[in-house]
Amino acid sequence: MQFDLKIWKQEDGDSQGAFQEYHMEGVSEDMSFLEMLDLLNEKLIKNGDEPVEFDYDCREGICGACSLVVNGIAHGPKEETPVCELYMREFEDGQEIVIEPWRAAAFPVIKDLVVDRSAFDRIMAAGGYISTKTGSAPEANTIAVDKEDADKAFDYATCIGCGACVAACPNSSASLFTGAKISHLSLLPQGKHERKERAVRMVEQMEKEGFGDCSNHAECEAVCPVGISISAIARMRKEYMRAVTES
Amino acid sequence: MSLASNVPEGDLKEKWTKRLNDINLVAPNNKRLYNVIVVGTGLAGASAAASLAELGYNVQSFCIQDSARRAHSIAAQGGINAAKNYPNDGDTIWRLFYDTIKGGDYRSRESNVYRLAEISNEIIDQAVAQGVPFAREYGGLLANRSFGGAQVSRTFYARGQTGQQLLLGAYQAFMKEIDSGKIDYYPRHEMLDLVVHNGKARGIVTRDLVSGEIRRHTADAVLLCTGGYGNAYYLSTNAKNSNVTAAWRCHKRGAYFANPCYVQIHPTCIPQSGDYQSKLTLMSESLRNDGRVWVPKDKNDERHPNDIPEEERDYYLERKYPSFGNLVPRDVASRNAKYVTDEGRGVGETGKAVYLDFADAIERRGRDYIEEKYGNLFEMYHKITDENPYERPMRIFPAVHYTMGGLWVDYNLMSNIPGLFVLGEANFSDHGGNRLGASALMQGLADGYFVIPYTLGDYLGGEDLDQVEGNEEAFEEAENYAQEHIDKLLNVEGDKTVVEFHQELGKIMWDKVGISRDEEGLKEAIKEIQELRDEFWERVRVPGESANYNKYLEFAGRVADFLELGELMAKDALHREESAGCHFREEYQTEEGEALRNDEEFSYVAAFEYQGLNGEIQHELHKENLEFEFVELKQRSYK
Repeated sequence: MQFDLKIWKQEDGDSQGAFQEYHMEGVSEDMSFLEMLDLLNEKLIKNGDEPVEFDYDCREGICGACSLVVNGIAHGPKEETPVCELYMREFEDGQEIVIEPWRAAAFPVIKDLVVDRSAFDRIMAAGGYISTKTGSAPEANTIAVDKEDADKAFDYATCIGCGACVAACPNSSASLFTGAKISHLSLLPQGKHERKERAVRMVEQMEKEGFGDCSNHAECEAVCPVGISISAIARMRKEYMRAVTES
Repeated sequence: MSLASNVPEGDLKEKWTKRLNDINLVAPNNKRLYNVIVVGTGLAGASAAASLAELGYNVQSFCIQDSARRAHSIAAQGGINAAKNYPNDGDTIWRLFYDTIKGGDYRSRESNVYRLAEISNEIIDQAVAQGVPFAREYGGLLANRSFGGAQVSRTFYARGQTGQQLLLGAYQAFMKEIDSGKIDYYPRHEMLDLVVHNGKARGIVTRDLVSGEIRRHTADAVLLCTGGYGNAYYLSTNAKNSNVTAAWRCHKRGAYFANPCYVQIHPTCIPQSGDYQSKLTLMSESLRNDGRVWVPKDKNDERHPNDIPEEERDYYLERKYPSFGNLVPRDVASRNAKYVTDEGRGVGETGKAVYLDFADAIERRGRDYIEEKYGNLFEMYHKITDENPYERPMRIFPAVHYTMGGLWVDYNLMSNIPGLFVLGEANFSDHGGNRLGASALMQGLADGYFVIPYTLGDYLGGEDLDQVEGNEEAFEEAENYAQEHIDKLLNVEGDKTVVEFHQELGKIMWDKVGISRDEEGLKEAIKEIQELRDEFWERVRVPGESANYNKYLEFAGRVADFLELGELMAKDALHREESAGCHFREEYQTEEGEALRNDEEFSYVAAFEYQGLNGEIQHELHKENLEFEFVELKQRSYK
């Protein structure tokens, strides 16, 4: 297969970026999208040109490092699939493919397609946890959790923290990410003790980082590679409202 | 330096309690006077950093990823073992200990493994309290499943994402301590050297992967939690950034590297499809609970698997190992997959695969049951191969997955360099020649939550450490060395890429230091690795510069280290003239083709001391004899 690639190149956060065009041949349909970029970089390096920088690590859809907008869609055209698990068989031979970084004020570009997502860590640090000192936990089966709640909590907990939700949102909101963690923890009996403080602090941190508000476009749910439901945002609002009205 | 394992005297069951009773303590208000560096934020690193910060120590935490949450522990799928005996099937701490020692083919320390089994239950308690959403029964209590090498169901799990959920639990505890100001957090930083000052580990040198800046960091102790070295094989189930550099540079500063040849090759991975492939994907061992492994009885049978009738299939694990069947330990399953494919009975386009078939389980329990248990794994398989495993058997093949070897540590997890502690996969300690499934998560968290908080205090409380400022000679020298090494890589300006060298190394390692090894192949491997290393320093082309984000420069440094480690792995494999666990030497096998140990001569931990590089790696071998007071050494049998 062959492709015409248009890839965003940017020296660093302070520089002006621009698209650069590359022609790729000899691509197998069984290659992953990132392997296609590896191949491009091998060719560039051999020619003495600069490779394209992009983030990745596990390449099996769980670490959340990969972060490419492909033809205008965060993680590309295949539903519930992060770009590291996207295969070239999803594309038409000869197609043009446009590759961009996550674009959001809260995710400044580091280089080319690599962005700084440390804002997510700071949202997590603002209460995205259950305070349990090591060694102080009670016997595990003294805490029963309804299977239904445990399964729901699990679904929210599978968020991989990639930031596609932010990249897809017209407001660059981090509500799906933040809502997923608030929902996971507030569904469990262990997480109920800190629920009010957690909801308020995480939501406020999200705003402080420069993410926009949610206005129900649901673009986040559409691109989420692990299928986190937008109900996470409804739960987040409920938790937040409960916290501010009850206190 | 000696190899004093520092194991407490007395009965196996009393040793850890005895150690806890005897250790030095640091008073609560004095802990804030100590600085501790933790490198890596996987299960071991995140749990250690969080627990130490909670106690009051000042922690500096480093990781190469853009967030602590992305450490490769996140990818562990199947589960975590504990001796809770919730299923009432006869499990005990002793049994978990015994299975682990036996599974490791009697090449690990009894005392460490017993402690691990003892601690296992507390880990589950801790994780549940943190909100880790383990699988539950309808009554609301925790569910268990079975894993290889055990005849009880002791594995706790969160669908196929147990590693993710446990890591996020530890990461959340870690973020809480960032919030409380007790952890200074350095993501996108790579450790390039250890600073040994007056014989003790007193700091590290790092490279900021965004700005390229080289920096010194001082501390009273350094904890290395940097994972394993499976990427020496290029293709493995490890993440692309997983590497040996931090551990290897400690090794070059004097830390002994133990049992480097013990590498686990996981039997159930998605087979390679082409040369461009950048990594291999694991399919959790838990699948072997319900999947049946088979190949056609005849060679080169090219029929669709569903068209091959029952009587023409060879369920070779069930046939050869009737009592464990498809749940034999990983090393046994991998080796047998190699045998049947070497015989020409492999399946798929490359012939390098066997079937893992769920048709029976789907018929017996229904598709919903399978989907509930393994849904995400089936989806992942479907995405990667474009084949639907609900409709035709999966194709699987062994892949490098975990390294049991690592830096040598004593019972307190301290290396032979005072003040350098090594936790999790980066150390050699608990799995001997082979790790059982669902034991890596257990060990990483045991080390971080429940061992290091005590043993680190013991060290700090018992040492008189002088103040370091970071301008001492050892710091100066380490920083200069790190910078020179980078300059050297950039200045070769050759014509071959880093990836090409890495692929070539991987091929040598897989062919000659892989599932089975022999003397001739190992000797060839050593020579070929030396030649490849020389070529690397003449021909490698590293693009860009050091003063900004440069992924290929990072890789170049790591591949340079793998090119040294690979030689040591082959030398260790050559010197160990026996088979033990995953180290299978063709020359040493039983009549039935099983690993044949030589306990008389090789019942020891091989700890290598680095002595320089002069065309070949110079080293001295130190032996820690393994004494088995409490278990009887037997020929492992899973029949």
